[in-house]
Amino acid sequence: MTTEPDGPTGRPGPEVAGSPEPLRSPAREAANLADGEWHLLHAATPLLRGGIFFLAVLGFVIANLRQRLVDLFFPEPRYGPDRDPIDAIYSSGMTGWVLLAFAGVLVLCLAAFYLAWRMHTFRVGQDAVEVRSGILFRTNRKARLDRIQGINITRPVLARIVGAAKLEISVAGQDANVQLSYLRSALADALRREILQLASGARAAARPTPEGTDATIRPAATAALAADSGSQRDVTVPDSGSGHRNAGHPEFATRVRAAVGERVGDFLAPELDPDAASPESVVKIPPGRLAGSIVLSGGTVVLVLMGLVLIAGIATGRLWLFFILLPGILGSVGFYSRQITRSLRYSIAGTPDGVRIGFGLLATSNETLPPGRIHAVEVTQSILWRPFGWWQIRIDTAGHSSQKGAAGQANTTILPVGDLADVQRVLALVMPAYATEEHRALVEEGMSSRGTRYITAPRRAAWLRPLSWRRTGYRILDGVALLRHGVVWRRLVLVPLARLQSVGVEQGPVLRALGLARAELHTVPGPVHPRLAVIDLDQAWIMFDQVAAGAIEWSGRDTSQQWRR
Amino acid sequence: MRNRLELPDQQWNRVSPKYVVVVFVGSLIGGLVLAAIAVAFLLLNGAWWGWLALGVIAAVTLVQLIIAPRRARSIGYWLREDDLLFRRGIMFQRFVAVPYGRMQLVDVTRGPLSRALGLADLRFVTAAAASGVAIPGLANQDADALRDRIVQLAESRRTGL
Repeated sequence: MTTEPDGPTGRPGPEVAGSPEPLRSPAREAANLADGEWHLLHAATPLLRGGIFFLAVLGFVIANLRQRLVDLFFPEPRYGPDRDPIDAIYSSGMTGWVLLAFAGVLVLCLAAFYLAWRMHTFRVGQDAVEVRSGILFRTNRKARLDRIQGINITRPVLARIVGAAKLEISVAGQDANVQLSYLRSALADALRREILQLASGARAAARPTPEGTDATIRPAATAALAADSGSQRDVTVPDSGSGHRNAGHPEFATRVRAAVGERVGDFLAPELDPDAASPESVVKIPPGRLAGSIVLSGGTVVLVLMGLVLIAGIATGRLWLFFILLPGILGSVGFYSRQITRSLRYSIAGTPDGVRIGFGLLATSNETLPPGRIHAVEVTQSILWRPFGWWQIRIDTAGHSSQKGAAGQANTTILPVGDLADVQRVLALVMPAYATEEHRALVEEGMSSRGTRYITAPRRAAWLRPLSWRRTGYRILDGVALLRHGVVWRRLVLVPLARLQSVGVEQGPVLRALGLARAELHTVPGPVHPRLAVIDLDQAWIMFDQVAAGAIEWSGRDTSQQWRR
Repeated sequence: MRNRLELPDQQWNRVSPKYVVVVFVGSLIGGLVLAAIAVAFLLLNGAWWGWLALGVIAAVTLVQLIIAPRRARSIGYWLREDDLLFRRGIMFQRFVAVPYGRMQLVDVTRGPLSRALGLADLRFVTAAAASGVAIPGLANQDADALRDRIVQLAESRRTGL
């Protein structure tokens, strides 16, 4: 392929403005991308990013050139009836110029792509990921590791063929994500693991704290692993011999602990290349259930209605209906196929560095959400799904991968369809501290019953919620507010108070006449809106106070932002 | 008014009384613009409903002008130990509690009329778009003091997102 720029074979590249550090080809960097040095992206990046268009242009040019070449070397005199040779030469000369121009543009394009690739470098340091790019307008983007909301690795079909992957680091904020596209596939997984480890605080803990940590106290998990791999601990001892063995005993202990912690990460994290070793998914979606869940969606109702209208219309000779409804029907076919490809090969698994959700058949997507990044969880069930006992789980997170899910939808549906046991398993993953018997019972009741564990709306709320007033209620337990409502669309929303942004109560004239109020928990924008449409006035204030106090108490107590510290 | 949404212990800080003028002028201008549109319709095609629209606009504007002082008075805030409490509205009441640690930024804006009156509007932004806490019509020095105080409180109680 002439379009693919030759990767530099280790030699220092052309002078890149503002980068005195030597650049290295990723091919030679298989070991570690997170070493604080500047690195290049995958050599096929220009091809993959602007590639298809470029290839098309090239193909067009070559196709035309061939014709011109034929013209050039075998000038066919077709200008005038008397086969004027001068005219033919003149024409040939023009062809040559055109040829030259095309070649020039091509070379320029190649040079620009190559230069852009050389100038696009990234580095992963101790506390930030930094990306530099641009030829004329340089941009330098730096994302703090402790602000990472999620890391998504996607592999479009073309990139998969080349063995490349796109790694996107989501941080909160509009258009603030850091994209590394493209990286070598295996390297992307390794880099994600590295970044998450850095973000987890495991290495930050390695630095001795000023107040000094107690040498005797050791986290249970670390101690357990230390027992498992005692040899590892022994190995690290001579390494840290440079420290003051006698005076700095606490330092020594912290270092050992940190080293062991790193080993924990290395050994326990099943974040291998997902193509090579698939992580153990806690939920399996049988194909039958997947198809059923998609058929029994709201779209189908619309589709059936449209079909009926269509049949009625054709039966009565109104053929124009066909042309009006056809786009809708075709669109829904696309919708179904997207849904299916999205949910195929779905997997969700817990790793020490967060929940990992993967899906996709041809283009795959694989996102890791570190602990403490989920702001709200919603368990829903439409009435169509109720006979089968299927549920769906959606979440709110602060950072959103701009890389849409395989279906072109936001990656917020973490369980497309699952039964009660699946729901409990997924909830145990996304809220690990909320999986005791009591919590499970509470969640179950919130999902499907009108039980009295929840504080429900009074009878007069039936004026506004004739079906669901008995279910509309809340419960606050162990730092999580559970809001349940809905009968036709059953919903249970779980909001960890540690990440609540604010809480509000509202009242309009109708609610006032009934002595009711509306309560709302404000979380980061997303598909989940935690709110209670009706609540008793006094209960509203109790809830308001409890939530406001809980938000302060639990956010102060929350340490999951640096989950390994 | 037993059914009214109200907190029993009253320690609300209210906005400047001069803010009534801003609400008043705002309602008036809004009413005038709408009335001008209605009049334009009347003149252009003489639609009969133009008179109706004009009447409705006049009535709504009048009601707004009458309740302007109450609307301005209904806005209140209260700096509690760990969070900011905010209230607004008479007919449609709204109470919001925002922990200081969740404040992402504090905006101070001054419109032309507010500036003439020596007022400023404060807006607090959290990571949630729905929080929507904005305290309009504070006297300039109050606004600056409140902003500094909030920023200081937010800094001392900084938490993650």
